[in-house]
Amino acid sequence: MRILSLAGRRLAASIPTLFLILIGVFLLLQLAPGDTVDALMAQMGGGDAATAQQLRKFYGLDLSVPAQLGSYLWHLVRLDLGFSSIYGKPVATVILERLPPTILLMTASLSFAFFFGLVFGVIAARGVNRWPDTLISTLGLVFYATPSFWFGLMAIVVFSVYLQWLPPGGFEDIGTVQRGIWHVLDIAAHLVLPTLTLGLIFLAIYLRIMRASMLEVLNLDFVRTARAKGLDETHVITRHVLRNALLPMVTLIGLQAGTMLGGSVVVESVFSLPGLGRLAYESVVQRDLNTLLGIVFVSALLVIVVNFVVDLLYARLDPRIAAEG
Amino acid sequence: MDTVKRYFRSPAAVIGLILLLLVIAMAVSAGFLYPRDPLALAGRPLVWPFSNPRFLLGTDNSGRDIAAQIFYGARISLLIGGVATVIAILIGILVGAFAGYYGGWVDNVLMRITEAFQTLPNFVLLLVLVAVFGSTLTTVTIAVGVVSWPAPARLTRAEFLSLRNREFVQAGKTLGMKDVQLILGEILPNALPPVIVYASVVMAVAILLESALAFLRLSDPNVASWGNLIGLGRDVLRVQWYVSAIPGIAILVTVLAVSLVGQGLNDALNPRLKSQ
Repeated sequence: MRILSLAGRRLAASIPTLFLILIGVFLLLQLAPGDTVDALMAQMGGGDAATAQQLRKFYGLDLSVPAQLGSYLWHLVRLDLGFSSIYGKPVATVILERLPPTILLMTASLSFAFFFGLVFGVIAARGVNRWPDTLISTLGLVFYATPSFWFGLMAIVVFSVYLQWLPPGGFEDIGTVQRGIWHVLDIAAHLVLPTLTLGLIFLAIYLRIMRASMLEVLNLDFVRTARAKGLDETHVITRHVLRNALLPMVTLIGLQAGTMLGGSVVVESVFSLPGLGRLAYESVVQRDLNTLLGIVFVSALLVIVVNFVVDLLYARLDPRIAAEG
Repeated sequence: MDTVKRYFRSPAAVIGLILLLLVIAMAVSAGFLYPRDPLALAGRPLVWPFSNPRFLLGTDNSGRDIAAQIFYGARISLLIGGVATVIAILIGILVGAFAGYYGGWVDNVLMRITEAFQTLPNFVLLLVLVAVFGSTLTTVTIAVGVVSWPAPARLTRAEFLSLRNREFVQAGKTLGMKDVQLILGEILPNALPPVIVYASVVMAVAILLESALAFLRLSDPNVASWGNLIGLGRDVLRVQWYVSAIPGIAILVTVLAVSLVGQGLNDALNPRLKSQ
């Protein structure tokens, strides 16, 4: 219960941050050249000033900036993100449609990066300064420096064009209708390359942190005690070292949540996945500022939720945190 | 002198320095080696690398010399990376120094703003900034700098928090020094080394951010940049994959070089950490 109230307090503290972001970005977007009506008129193939005036009135764009901001925030409290004139639907609907692929992609990449980062980090720390360590650390450095979109393109060339093992893009095969397990497998096949592409840089970061964290914990007194009691090495690592070494890794999930969401903008564009990131890109190109603002809100919310979960995990891994709070 | 010696003892740091000097040499020599506009038509489109001695790395979809674009791209990447890093570090130091030195409500307000910037994904904010201010070289550079300052700010703040109650600062206070003098003249020089080392991380990320933006065709299309070329090569990816492959390697090498140099500097400046 203490854990919950502690994490809950931090969650409550992030609400002002959320409003700060929204107000800031809202005011920023006022400076943008052209508004929704301009974009809409351009799409309709132009129109006279009177129509523009009417449309502005309809969308409430003729009001003063503070009045618009107030009305936006008031609608937001009721979970109304406004209307996307480009898609002809409420922004909330557009975003909800695009959310599942992104969440799936982020979860898959995070699991991939976390698991392999952990395994490689442990292997590197066990053989510190010998060849497995050198190899893993070098690979980590190279992965860190690889631009994700470039890796994605090269993966398409190798695995989709030459080997033809995996589809080059999209979320599912739209040519045929599949049901049940086949549908799931189809989506999974489409997500393999995007997951690797997005997860690569995080794999590099996680393995580096895991290695450093393992090396630090391995030197602590309780590890010597565990060895002295005659536990075998596997036992020492899995039961004693790992749990303590995991703390910085878990912290990193929270810190990297935003970066990962940003990375999915690029990865979803490479693999033409219909996700939130691609929507962000499209709304910039199409000047759909209402949708862009909605995405800002949802991505900030997503980061806050991830951090809330991380807080809970953290307290579970290290009971001292809840006790001190 | 010891620091320099320690730096050169690490092979990774030396490799990083050589790679970085190589990229700088490319940026400097671009003008002599390829005096023509790198974005001008040079020959037949889609000539494979090493097949024509005139175009060592081949030509892209519209017949522009890839090698020339790689050399000029080094200028753009280093320029954007460097300037954006300076902007991010300056804002970061300013915010972090004030927050750490004054504490209290100043710290509260500044850290709230920092938190807001950290909660909003970097790249999403970058998209918003580009949507609002357009995609010229100047705006993109400033935008990349503006989204990168929170981490240096936190680092500076932490340094200031640990330094502000040290004896030399209190001595300065007793001598009647002004706050600005204390911050800039006394505490900052001591807080600077970790921040400078961190600049390499900021620069590596800045180069990656700009190239991703250019790949999405949201950066300045009128300069020869590596990201632009990768985005262009995407249209002919299935057969002429080299158009995208070559600039990607250039980005990889540059970011790797910057990270290795940063890591080397860090180890050289904190020799005790290295022994772990």
